[in-house]
Amino acid sequence: MIQQFADWLVYGIFGLDTATPLGTAVNFFFYDSIKIIILLFSISFVMGIINAYFPIERLRQYLATHKLYGLDYFLAALFGGITPFCSCSSVPLFIGFVKGGIPLGVTLTFLIASPLVSEVAVAMFLGSFGVKATLIYVVSGTVLSMIAGLILSHMHLEPYLSDWVKAAQAQSSVQSQQWEAEKTPFIKRLPAITRESWGIVRGVLLYILIGIGIGATMHGYVPEGFFEQYLSAENWWGVPLAVVLAVPMYANAAGIVPIIEVFVAKGIPLGTAIAFMMAIIGLSIPEATMLKKVMTWRLIGIFFGVVTLLIIISGYLFNWIR
Amino acid sequence: MEVKILGTGCGKCKTTYAVIEKVIKENNITATITKVEDIMEIMNYNILSTPAVVVDGEVKTKGYVPSETEIKELLGV
Repeated sequence: MIQQFADWLVYGIFGLDTATPLGTAVNFFFYDSIKIIILLFSISFVMGIINAYFPIERLRQYLATHKLYGLDYFLAALFGGITPFCSCSSVPLFIGFVKGGIPLGVTLTFLIASPLVSEVAVAMFLGSFGVKATLIYVVSGTVLSMIAGLILSHMHLEPYLSDWVKAAQAQSSVQSQQWEAEKTPFIKRLPAITRESWGIVRGVLLYILIGIGIGATMHGYVPEGFFEQYLSAENWWGVPLAVVLAVPMYANAAGIVPIIEVFVAKGIPLGTAIAFMMAIIGLSIPEATMLKKVMTWRLIGIFFGVVTLLIIISGYLFNWIR
Repeated sequence: MEVKILGTGCGKCKTTYAVIEKVIKENNITATITKVEDIMEIMNYNILSTPAVVVDGEVKTKGYVPSETEIKELLGV
């Protein structure tokens, strides 16, 4: 339906030729933009509903008061994924978890999953690569966060937290206050959830349009298989190179996926692309500086090192599966 | 009345500040409005997500930008 609309608009109204690169590029731009905006809004909306009923305070309460034998890592990764990610919230969250007596490993799992699996990333993946690739992405992002948290928890890194965080941890107490269930009926919450979802779409709209704009241009003009000669699956250094390049960079998932989509269409293996994407949105220099408030450089180094390694491994894994 | 906006300085926190400032001005409310950006001070309020709005020492909203109607309710307009 969206494709028909895009065809009608670009070829019918604008009168562009279906066979020209310009026609293909403009059509791709409209089709992708509309599809992704609809997807992003729907996913944010569903996540907003889940969040209204399971706020993060409730998760903390639950994790702090139950012995879960490893399931806590899964819950942390899951909630990290469905909680709307705002980089500025990661520090208060981190301290809030540590203060609440939640183990460092579980907290780090949450911290990794939160940007890695987000409503924006899921919507962009679904729109660009389809259901199967999105599932691979979400499942691997969740598993990767859990494994990273588990590994880090066995490294006994508590001494490398900032001093004042250590102090907060020492006097940590399971908050006695029960999470108060809000009694607001569902219908009354809908306007707020809708507004919030629209806010998420509006916040990244510009990045989506720029990303799709660049993607569309490349889509129309770069020949098939163009990148294959540089980053094909046979080149063993393709994955580590893509990841190492991507770690210091930060780009919004909204802007980067449409470009990666074109990379894949023109011959880069999906595993390399997913690894690149994870490194871009999961780790970045701005994030490191933010974490400096709660961690020593040494801990940040170990944290980034472990996650980078796992991203590289999952990149190889996907390339090998396909 | 004393209104505080807790947040480490991201876009959402700035929007929250602007909306609250607007409501206060439009309704001629006597209130001091301060931005709290220091993370250690923010953590004293025991919140997990920012931006948060504190009215007279009590956390009223957290984790999202409240709407104008919601702020009016919080400030008792």
